[in-house]
Amino acid sequence: MKRKVSLFIPCFVDQLLPQVAVDTVKVLRRLGYGVDYPEDQTCCGQPAFNTGYWDEARPCAEHFVRVFKHADVVVCPSGSCATMVRTFYADLLASSSLRADALALASRTFEFSEFLVRVEAVTQVGATFPHTVTYHASCHGLRELKLRDEPLQLLRQVNGLTLIEMVRSEECCGFGGTFAAKFPDISGAMGNSKAENVAATGAEFVTAIDPSCLLHLEGILGKRQAPTRTIHLASILAHESRTNEAQKDESLPQEGP
Amino acid sequence: MSTAAQRFLQDAAVKSADLMHREVIRRGMDSYDAAHLKGRARIKDWEAARQKCQEIKREAINHLDRYLLQFEEKVIARGGHVYWAANSEEACSYVKNLAARFGVRTVVKSKSMVTEEIHLSPALEQAGIKVWETDLGEFIVQLRNEPPYHIVTPAMHLNRGQIAQLFREKLDPAIASDDPRDLMAVARRKLREAFFAAEMGISGANFLVADAGVIAISTNEGNGRLCTSLPRIHVVVTGIEKVIPRLEDLAVLWPVLATSGTGQGITTYGTLIGGPRRAGEVDGAEEFHVVLVDNGRSQLLADAEQREVLHCIRCGACLNICPVFRHVGGHTYGTTYPGPIGSVLTPHLNGIKEFKHLSYASSLCGACTSVCPVKINLHHHLLQNRRNATEAGATKSSERMMFRAWRSAMLHPRIYALGGWSMRKALRILYGLGLAGSILDPMRVWNRYRSPVPLPSESFRAIWRKDRKQDRRKNLGAN
Repeated sequence: MKRKVSLFIPCFVDQLLPQVAVDTVKVLRRLGYGVDYPEDQTCCGQPAFNTGYWDEARPCAEHFVRVFKHADVVVCPSGSCATMVRTFYADLLASSSLRADALALASRTFEFSEFLVRVEAVTQVGATFPHTVTYHASCHGLRELKLRDEPLQLLRQVNGLTLIEMVRSEECCGFGGTFAAKFPDISGAMGNSKAENVAATGAEFVTAIDPSCLLHLEGILGKRQAPTRTIHLASILAHESRTNEAQKDESLPQEGP
Repeated sequence: MSTAAQRFLQDAAVKSADLMHREVIRRGMDSYDAAHLKGRARIKDWEAARQKCQEIKREAINHLDRYLLQFEEKVIARGGHVYWAANSEEACSYVKNLAARFGVRTVVKSKSMVTEEIHLSPALEQAGIKVWETDLGEFIVQLRNEPPYHIVTPAMHLNRGQIAQLFREKLDPAIASDDPRDLMAVARRKLREAFFAAEMGISGANFLVADAGVIAISTNEGNGRLCTSLPRIHVVVTGIEKVIPRLEDLAVLWPVLATSGTGQGITTYGTLIGGPRRAGEVDGAEEFHVVLVDNGRSQLLADAEQREVLHCIRCGACLNICPVFRHVGGHTYGTTYPGPIGSVLTPHLNGIKEFKHLSYASSLCGACTSVCPVKINLHHHLLQNRRNATEAGATKSSERMMFRAWRSAMLHPRIYALGGWSMRKALRILYGLGLAGSILDPMRVWNRYRSPVPLPSESFRAIWRKDRKQDRRKNLGAN
């Protein structure tokens, strides 16, 4: 067996989009990794941190560091939550007693596509997904983790998948965490602009490495009754050929962001 | 909530739903994007150029005292005057008194955001002085009694039909054409009268060059040179952060500013002025005054964490790429400096209590930071402003309580899991009753623009636990 991977599943993925986590596990196991999910994990602290409540975010970040301290490598199917650990823990925990552990942990924490392509040099994961797909470049993955081509490299290796480029694929979808709650009109307008760009591609699916963008976009597309659905990169990579798919346990949702 | 915040929310709601407005802005920004990309491609190594600009500005800001004094000394040696204004009032009074001393009745202005910041034109007009904005875009928004929409392109929110209509109402009812060349000719004729009448010209400065003791101005319309050379008195009003160490620094700063501002390799006019007209010179003002405006900048300088915000060269690139700016437009911000740099800077200049909302009005996408030619980490400064607002006790107590409760849950995995489960369960019941979006729906703000979130019966941790308990991994794809 290859190295053991500790899964960091963002709180909202755990609660609202468990399929993304299930699919992440599937892909990693198919590639031969041992997968561990430390059950004491909760939230990395980003919602409080981004809203300015650093004193409230800090103990959550410290909890996170304690939970993952002994992990060999941490993989997260969200560019934004991985960024929180990688980039912002250094600021948030600057004067914490766990600072050194946090910095060490940050250097072993990776977003899912980043782990596969950059760390492990894997682009072929044996997936089949005979659909048209367009890619939205989620902001934190793109600009904080500099993941521009990694997700696309994985998508290009998927059997049967047709990638359609979207205009302004690098413009924010408008989610932004508490931004969506504090400025619903701006967030909604930005989401609708993104939805228009998605629609112009005519693709069946829009994918991304950040489930938060997809949660927001799924809602916007749903409200518009648009035909395009959202799907997380891990869920595309989890799809195998049709025969295998038929054997899947019914209790697990087939798709979804 | 501050009145500025309330106004912002209202205007943002109106503007973000205004599809006509969005289309005008989209068109303007699309042509900027194309020009900007082309401009960047002309520079052999754009990242190296940004790096160099950052280093120049960092050196200047870290030794602001030395470079400003060096600049002042050179200007005075050539017979110019330098006035240090601590705030808007001091700056405006100095210019007003100067105008009174020389009996000035007409002022022509070249484009300057600092004069907008200190509200110089209203101050002069109150003293009975006629003020003409001579940059075409500024002239247009002045006729409309509006502040500039954008720091580089003040009238980008208007199309030529609207401008033709405005000129008919304000300048000449006989204007028949909305051809930009004809409209420009009307403005030019009108402004030519102002240039010949004015006793005082007011300009800003893009840079103050310390070793040469000159101001550097980048313009495209030629109005800047007329303002600074025709009238008897030339007043430069500028921020103290505009100083750069050496004349040779312009070799990279000028093209980078032009590229970021408009996509040009360099602006049509680059002007250097170091003092009044000297014996034997054929043009230039007889009186040369530089007003160095602080207005909160020293305080920002004292803040080691956010000092680099003073690196800004006001190119407007962060506004152009900002998806929030593109959707709400420049006027919605209600500040002199709109867009990302304005959202970072305004709480420092005008107070965190009144303007903290701007630091939250961002999805933190970081597009601004990625284009800033002097590499200001803009979206990280927004985060710092948010933290400062919380520490200053400027946020709502209900919000603080909510995050405290959230923290308690997150420190106890079982409470967190139970909380998540109950929330999903409650929402499923509520939505089953058809109450999505109703007053009882805690997600109603979300549901205003979106269909409801998925509410799976099991969380991932439940699936994982079951999977482990049954020691059966097929659900999770193990062999």
